[in-house]
Amino acid sequence: MTLGEVRVTHPPTSSAVPPPGSGAPTAPAIPPQPGGPPGRSVAPPGHPAAPPRRTAFAEGVDRLRAAATTEPGRLRIIGAVLAVLVVAFGAVTAWQMTDRATAADDVLHKSQPLSSAAADIYRSLADANTAASSGFLAGGGETRATRDRYEKDIRTAASGLVTAAGNSDAGSPAAQTIARLNRLLPEYKGLVERARTYNRQGFPVGGAYLRYANEKMQKEMLPAAEDLYQRENQRLSADYASARPYPWAAIALGVLALAALAWAQHRHYRRTHRVLNQGLVAATAAATVALLWLVVGHGLARAALDDSYDHGVQSLSVLHDARIASLKARGNENLTLVSRGAQTVKADGRTYDAYDHDFGKDMEALGRGLAEAQRLADDRSGREPVTAAVGNMTEWKKRHATARTADEDGYYEQALDKVIGAKGATGECFDSVDANLAKALTHEQGEFQQAAGDGLGAMTGLPVGAAVLALLGGAGAVLGIGRRLSEYR
Amino acid sequence: MAIRRVRAGLKGWGGVGAMAAVCALALAFVLLLPLTQSPGPDGAGTGGPGIAEGVQTRAVECRAPEKQTLAPSRADGPTIEAIKNRIGARRKLVVGVDQNSYRWGYRDPNNDGAQLEGFDIDLVHRIAADILGDPNAVQFKAIPTDQRIPAIRSGRVDMVVRTMTITCDRLGEVAFSAPYFRTGQQVLAAKSSSVTGYDRSLAGQRICTAAGSTAYTRLAKDRAAGLLAATADISTTVPNQLDCLVRLQLGEVDAVVTDGALAASQAAQDPTVELKGAAFTTEYYGVAMKRDADDLVRRVNRVLVDYRGSGWQTSYDRWLSATLGKDSAASKPPAPQYLRTS
Repeated sequence: MTLGEVRVTHPPTSSAVPPPGSGAPTAPAIPPQPGGPPGRSVAPPGHPAAPPRRTAFAEGVDRLRAAATTEPGRLRIIGAVLAVLVVAFGAVTAWQMTDRATAADDVLHKSQPLSSAAADIYRSLADANTAASSGFLAGGGETRATRDRYEKDIRTAASGLVTAAGNSDAGSPAAQTIARLNRLLPEYKGLVERARTYNRQGFPVGGAYLRYANEKMQKEMLPAAEDLYQRENQRLSADYASARPYPWAAIALGVLALAALAWAQHRHYRRTHRVLNQGLVAATAAATVALLWLVVGHGLARAALDDSYDHGVQSLSVLHDARIASLKARGNENLTLVSRGAQTVKADGRTYDAYDHDFGKDMEALGRGLAEAQRLADDRSGREPVTAAVGNMTEWKKRHATARTADEDGYYEQALDKVIGAKGATGECFDSVDANLAKALTHEQGEFQQAAGDGLGAMTGLPVGAAVLALLGGAGAVLGIGRRLSEYR
Repeated sequence: MAIRRVRAGLKGWGGVGAMAAVCALALAFVLLLPLTQSPGPDGAGTGGPGIAEGVQTRAVECRAPEKQTLAPSRADGPTIEAIKNRIGARRKLVVGVDQNSYRWGYRDPNNDGAQLEGFDIDLVHRIAADILGDPNAVQFKAIPTDQRIPAIRSGRVDMVVRTMTITCDRLGEVAFSAPYFRTGQQVLAAKSSSVTGYDRSLAGQRICTAAGSTAYTRLAKDRAAGLLAATADISTTVPNQLDCLVRLQLGEVDAVVTDGALAASQAAQDPTVELKGAAFTTEYYGVAMKRDADDLVRRVNRVLVDYRGSGWQTSYDRWLSATLGKDSAASKPPAPQYLRTS
């Protein structure tokens, strides 16, 4: 062995007996000062001289070893370690929880609103396309409401794109998508205007223009808007992913700090038979409170965030998709009458009108979306509008079938009336589906904000609180040890 | 010695139990918190069962398909009787037509009730008047181009009057009347364009055709054979011939090739484009009916004989003279021949 076990002679607390051959017992009244010349006892017999040159690290280790040979030295080391552990616990807690709180704040105030805004662009575009085809079918009799709806949708989409552009990094895929949409929007509008003009003159090429505009919307713009929406959703998911994980490092450090404090107090008790060292107890209390706050606070926040995701974000996403499906279905229903069989598709060896075929697919998507939304809805006010929308959809399908039969039998005017007419038309059903979905979306948006707000609230003050508690704890540990040290003066 | 220290250190640890309990409690919090996960949406596509159709009995030899029709007759047969025996509101001739061909079969939204109108529609009214005694005893069915033959074969319509070209292939599946209009593939371009017709002037031009159309097949064949300049870009194909006018107006193509009658219908919608050069193929439009509806075919041929005498020119002047020219000689069908005997 190189170092003798030094047992000081203050009141013993254990049965440990200084082992034979250990360093000579010295008077406790004059504790060797750390940093002073290495005690003679350190120099191991048989090692006459230190090597001529030594590294700073080796020097430090030697000093530490020297300090560890005396009780005050050991106390200093213990005090330092305790203080460092508690403060580190506080620092890591503050750091990790700041990260999570920031992410939660982003969820509530940044990424979810952006995701909503992207969904809004997506919906406005689909809605504009639907309104354009409705207006087209009505020809000269286009109502002010339809025209206003179309113009408003275009404006909403345009301003939504500006907002989205402001929140995207230059050159990123999202920025490129936004640039593409910005380029396509006026193109689309130009095509729709031409379609209207020709239609008013009674030329069938107007219908061809509208179909071309629709193709641009369905094949290029809506996929781009959907892509943007998905990107914003990814950002939202990423923020959720940063807010949700347990702060394991902070928890582990907290547990370690408490264990170290416990050990120090146990050691203290063993040596002095004094049960309480006020400083150490204060440090323990502060660290315990900080740890509990951390675990409970984050746990609550996590639960609330999970709730906001399950009942907010997921429902919102499903409802958005369903709404888009209903808009697309309506657009295709209108275009079936605009195209009048100009475009067909072959599926399973049969030929269908291209738009009526798409209508069927959109209605299937709507049905799936509504079923999923019903499953996700967790309360009555969330379920009600969705159930109502399902009813509207069923009626819509029924009326659509009648309108199709009328059209195929050559009663175009009747079919038109059954689609864009005032009473008993499929337009009524579509409007109801849209209104009910809007209602459900508003409700789920509220649910989301409530839950995510709760989550963020549960983390409020945690980083600062943990930091302050840790500083108090660290101070307590230092003071507690300092009190013991002073007994050696 | 170290062992002894550890053993010494272990003594009296029970007093720290409370602290350990706090830690355990903290960990319990972590583990007992809700862990909810929602499964992702599942989607499954469904497709209806399909029925394949298409028996084809190609004529052994086929030349001049426009002559393969039955001699005219006024006699009623089983098909006509079945039509006449329809009761009440259903006592109508069911005819498949186009709703999108300007000047041929089109619903003008500015007409009262958006009535169908055009050259084809006039003929339909004439046939209905002859068979049922009322020109308006017609139920129009809008059918897409590729549904013309299936609609006839399945009996959904009695006949199709829809700018339908008489071809050998189709003769195996449906019966045609004598031709009622002569047309041919033609080039359409802006009046200011350097394109002069189906010739060398198409070199370097972008040409639009309808997907799967006679025009596209012919262009591809001619280009492969070197009859059409290799620099002519024929890659733009659209679902409907009318879409070509859209592409032409938007400057996405320089010329359109489609049959002359439809090209005329496009030119009628835009005074800045015109037909360029003469038709470079010869085709005939006929009324298509069920293969075995002999009495109906003969009756329609009878109607057409009268119609060529009076009615045809009036209809031509009203709908087509503006774009196809005042002189209707190029569009008039030839004197009919009735070579089909059974």
